[in-house]
Amino acid sequence: MESESQLRAFLASLSGVDAVGAEARAAKLATRSLKKSTKLTALDLAISMVDLTTLEGADTPGRVTSLCVKAMYPDPHDASVPSAAAVCIYPDLVARARTVLGESRVKVASVATAFPSGRAMLNVKLLDVREAVAAGADEIDMVIDRGAFLSGRVGQVFEEIVAVKKVCGSSHLKVILETGELATYDNVRRASWIAMLAGADFIKTSTGKVTVSSTLPAALVMLEAVRDFAETTGQLVGVKVAGGIRNAKDALRYLVLVNETVGAAWLTPDRFRFGASSLLNDLLMQRLKQRRGAYVRPDEFSGD
Amino acid sequence: MSEDLTNSPLGSLAYDPAPESASIARLQGSYGLFINGKFTDPSSHEQFTTLNPANEEALASVAQASSADVDRAVGAARRAYETVWSKTTGAERSKYLFRIARLIQERSRELAVVETLDNGKPIRESRDVDIPLAAAHFFYYAGWADKLDYAGFGPNPQPLGVAGQIIPWNFPLLMAAWKLAPALAAGNTCVLKPAETTPLSALVLAEIFQQAELPPGVVNIVTGDGSTGAALVDHPDVDKIAFTGSTDVGRMIQQRVASSHKHLTLELGGKGANIVFEDAPIDEMIEGIIDGIFFNQGHVCCAGSRLLVHESVADEVLRRLLRRVDQLRVGDPLDKNTDVGAINSAAQLARIKELTAYGEAEGATRYTSSCSLPDKGYWFAPTVFADVAQSHRIAREEIFGPVLSVLTFRTPEEAVAKANNSNYGLACGVWSEKGSRTLWVAERLRAGVIWANTYNRFDPTSPFGGVRESGFGREGGRHGLEAYLNV
Repeated sequence: MESESQLRAFLASLSGVDAVGAEARAAKLATRSLKKSTKLTALDLAISMVDLTTLEGADTPGRVTSLCVKAMYPDPHDASVPSAAAVCIYPDLVARARTVLGESRVKVASVATAFPSGRAMLNVKLLDVREAVAAGADEIDMVIDRGAFLSGRVGQVFEEIVAVKKVCGSSHLKVILETGELATYDNVRRASWIAMLAGADFIKTSTGKVTVSSTLPAALVMLEAVRDFAETTGQLVGVKVAGGIRNAKDALRYLVLVNETVGAAWLTPDRFRFGASSLLNDLLMQRLKQRRGAYVRPDEFSGD
Repeated sequence: MSEDLTNSPLGSLAYDPAPESASIARLQGSYGLFINGKFTDPSSHEQFTTLNPANEEALASVAQASSADVDRAVGAARRAYETVWSKTTGAERSKYLFRIARLIQERSRELAVVETLDNGKPIRESRDVDIPLAAAHFFYYAGWADKLDYAGFGPNPQPLGVAGQIIPWNFPLLMAAWKLAPALAAGNTCVLKPAETTPLSALVLAEIFQQAELPPGVVNIVTGDGSTGAALVDHPDVDKIAFTGSTDVGRMIQQRVASSHKHLTLELGGKGANIVFEDAPIDEMIEGIIDGIFFNQGHVCCAGSRLLVHESVADEVLRRLLRRVDQLRVGDPLDKNTDVGAINSAAQLARIKELTAYGEAEGATRYTSSCSLPDKGYWFAPTVFADVAQSHRIAREEIFGPVLSVLTFRTPEEAVAKANNSNYGLACGVWSEKGSRTLWVAERLRAGVIWANTYNRFDPTSPFGGVRESGFGREGGRHGLEAYLNV
């Protein structure tokens, strides 16, 4: 995009989203019933898509170590369980995670850019990203400037993402739209396009730090955006849903959404992720239930 | 980026079968006629078989009511009207209706399976649409029964007496609810004649009337073919005929009740136009087109069977539509993941095949879903005809199947002219993000129901009905009471 006015004209040309219709579509897909081998496949797929997350002020190196081990070996008694996709942590703990994960296929994802509010000067945000990348982050989860977006300064949002992407270098960039603060699905669609045009490798629903986190309809609108973006540009952008996804049932509903909106190319951890903490244990529990026919005690699995 | 990645195959996560159990239906081997609160044998002892259209297997044998049986049913309804129901207060009638509504909810799973077995519609629809809406109609009219003075028809409006009600096979239980709930709320007694191919859910409803201890004779249910319906229409002691079905049969009924004292409402066929403007919310609009024509296999009188697309977006809409059509899951109606079920009968399948053959012969471009169809049963793959002209039969005649005809328009005036260029006038849809345009178009459409940015949405509080060859009279809402009151 050459100028803010061009970008604004482009965003205005995007089709609107009918909220009632989008919610009805998401609710309808939520009634899909996954049974037997489909369920097992989907549970394993979901496990492999988890960005195992801890984003608390009280996080410690010990907790991050535990989380990394859990991500590599979600169920240490069963080697057929795939590892999680990544651990998602604050920048100051990246170095520790990098050390623990070593050459494992589990990625280190770091939130950055004054997460979760995004309220800082641009140079502070860029430094935040630069430090995280230097410490070994494979993926950067940035937040967009919702203040700028909502007040119509879309050019600023765009430029900021471009700048962050540049600092990321070869690290993958996930752009958090914070859909719960965007107020309308039209805005979710526009923000998705801004992020994709600016070079996002993933677009992500939420920080998990505001009242409304990921919802099925918001994810649907984002999936439609990545589908349309792929059709116009040939580039496949991933989607990460985060916040409030605590059980396997919810996760499978998202997978159905992916399956029936964007299809096979996105049914991989390279293009779809769950940002979650307690979800992993429920996925493991349901996986064992499918195999054994009975539930195991929750304590069967480690807390982190 | 390679073509196969950007055109990522949808639905590659294949879903294992997730069938609802047929045994939940608890079907009996044979059913009698529900007259005067009891199941009784037909006078002729004649029975006919109702099939599962998904596999052509027999489900149950059902009584064929003769004119003598219809006479018995009408007699029972008349006695119940004179001796009980006309003396029952509105508040009491309301209690019965609430009870029926709750019992429908309690037995909803059973009713959904019965409906799917007998009709062929996907269990998702019978579970999420038909049965909840049927209960909602009873709940809604239960609320009216003791408030008729305030329905806008003057003080103390009186019922008509005995209502003869003939319903179609596309929404068997829901149509029974649409007919019975307002009639009973208004204080009438009823003789209901379900469709020949789908009598079972009405017979389960008869069991519910017994459970609800509805006084005997207030509702009577006579099963049978067209001759049973004719006997009901011709019966001299019936005060009102309410019919939902084809325009041809409706025309015949209107002739037969002409010059009699009988009140009449008709809800007949349609050829609904779904009008799509270039500024429509595209993803939801595609879903709306799909719902408009493939909901219930297109066996919907108000189906959006004509798609009128703004020329400037026609190619894009067609491309997205066909991708979506190909994704529809067609198959076992009892599978919870099925989107499109079986065609209800061999006769209907033959009719769909006949009309689609005309579509090809007349030069329209045919797209058929690549879905595989089961070997047994009555099946028709979702089909879209592009390049359809107003003069094509598939643009004029009701197909009543999963077949969409796509036409284009250039200006709003042309869209309205094309939409109105039909003998029917039941329903239309308008898709646009611009409210002023939607209202401008809606004002000019000659149809009983206009949906804006949605399609095939039903609600008991909203009146439903057509104009011109789609019939007259309204069902649902306050207006629905008028059909059963002497006003």
